[in-house]
Amino acid sequence: MNPTTRTPGHPDYADTTRTPEQLGRDAVGRTEAQVIGTSPIERTAIEREEELFTINMGPHHPATHGVLRLLVELEGEVVRVLKPMVGYVHTGIEKSCETMSYWKVIPFVERMDYLSYFFNMEAFCGATEKLLELEIPRRAAWLRILHLELNRIHSHLVGLGTTALDLGAISMFWYCFRERDKILDLFEMSSGQRMHTRYFQVGGVVEDIPVGFAERVKAFCADMPERIDQYAALLDQNEIFLQRTKNIGVVSRERMLDLGVTGPLLRAAGEPWDLRKVDDYLPYSEFDFNIPIGTIGDNYDRYRVRLNEMRESVRIVEQAIDGLPEGPWIADDRKVVLPPRDELGTSMEALIHHFKLVTEGFRVPPGEVYFPIEGPRGEYGVFLVADGSSKPVRVHMRDPSFVNLQSLRDMCVGGYVADLIANLAMLDPILGGIDR
Amino acid sequence: MPDAPGLELIAHEINERHEGAVVGTSYEHEQAALLADPDSIREVLAYLKDAPGHEYRFLASLHGADYLPAEPRFAVHYELLNMPRVERLRVKALLPDPGDGTLPELDSVTGLFATADFQEREVYDFFGIVFRGHPDPRRILMPEDYVGFPQRRDFPVGGDPVIFTNTEDSVPGWTK
Repeated sequence: MNPTTRTPGHPDYADTTRTPEQLGRDAVGRTEAQVIGTSPIERTAIEREEELFTINMGPHHPATHGVLRLLVELEGEVVRVLKPMVGYVHTGIEKSCETMSYWKVIPFVERMDYLSYFFNMEAFCGATEKLLELEIPRRAAWLRILHLELNRIHSHLVGLGTTALDLGAISMFWYCFRERDKILDLFEMSSGQRMHTRYFQVGGVVEDIPVGFAERVKAFCADMPERIDQYAALLDQNEIFLQRTKNIGVVSRERMLDLGVTGPLLRAAGEPWDLRKVDDYLPYSEFDFNIPIGTIGDNYDRYRVRLNEMRESVRIVEQAIDGLPEGPWIADDRKVVLPPRDELGTSMEALIHHFKLVTEGFRVPPGEVYFPIEGPRGEYGVFLVADGSSKPVRVHMRDPSFVNLQSLRDMCVGGYVADLIANLAMLDPILGGIDR
Repeated sequence: MPDAPGLELIAHEINERHEGAVVGTSYEHEQAALLADPDSIREVLAYLKDAPGHEYRFLASLHGADYLPAEPRFAVHYELLNMPRVERLRVKALLPDPGDGTLPELDSVTGLFATADFQEREVYDFFGIVFRGHPDPRRILMPEDYVGFPQRRDFPVGGDPVIFTNTEDSVPGWTK
């Protein structure tokens, strides 16, 4: 399209009353379907005149990021009706958790949102600790923050890589997965597992970090900002990427709040809401970091917010490893936490408690609690009901993917079906978390 | 979080406007909860959302719970959030089981909070609580023809009948 024919004042221009600057950025891209106007193509996009064509996207489609089925009604290439259908990987995790003792629930909840396992663990362990009124040692809190932020970078890398892949940029996928593997190597070093690490324990973390871990983390932190600059250089000057993200999928801040959307999607729309800054579930107040926000809430803002969140997370990881306090990495409450291995040979009481903790599990006093934390997709909240036994009565995960998915309709209706793929990728849903 | 006396003031204020709308309060682990009468849940939430001085405009989460054997048995929890003040308030609607297979009913709040759409469907799916006035009252995660509400406490784990290969002849009515 020749840009000179699309300047303000021209009869073909979408909105003659506002300049591109007022519309936010260069509103002369592929935005006909979303900007109300008068040119023929815009009329096609806005007026309902032809019959609708119904198609199913998914559940088995690589661009749906899991087993998501979208029932789409198209008028030509314009999306008119969109209904997400979920539940294809529902495995009843919440119900299964009710039959497990608390410490056995931890690996279960990890498998809900399978890219943010540390966040699922933190939400569950935090809720249990709140019911037990158990304080975790400072070193444990620092180790948790360190792993949570590494997990956030990991999750954003997968999101960014697959998003770029959906928009046709396959090299981004490999670069992002290269750095992701480095993070998985770090997880393997500290916990023995690359994914689903079960590293957090009620009361702290399972083990201290091994010798040499700090150096590896520092090397990663030194490397990562440059890598992020390289991603930005690859995408920010890519004409195709810009045309397919700028002014696409715009949803206003008010509508996002009404739909309960949290996380990078909400921040991209201009709402600086981050639980790390306002809540005290972990001592984030002792760390220096910023909350990146967007301006108009299009796909480009979402990409930029995630990119800058990675930079901030690298800063947090650096501070966490530099300022890691000395001391125990798990609480000293023998009624909840396993006794140290070396005590089992010399202390009868330690042996008894070890046996009871492993076979029956610890008991949690009756009560109920809602424990929200800030994950890479928004608010992960565990609602936990305890009845005094060693098994929870109800474990509910308020998963951000599930709630955020409701905003997909607002992003897509009135836009092109090709932009639906971009919107879905930028929404970054994890179907394991949606279906649980 | 409103503290315990603040919670009593909110309860009193709502009861002045809607007689008997709040039937109790609870305050545990620094989390405040209002126990609402299920018949006036919409009035309570609308008041908390819009009244000056409250303005809990964000519904962070909506979930169900089954407190069997306690009575009333079911509960629907609304986790409200006031973002500027960073205050959370839980509203709990306690619902008795009507018995003889009838499902308990509650007003839908999708008109107040658009986010309640999927989450109310999830509560219906797993607990069998019907939301009156919901725009799309179907199951969401379980198959549409599924019988039963699996998150109820009296729903058995692993109780689904399974037809085993090679012995399917023993199933009554089975034909090859």
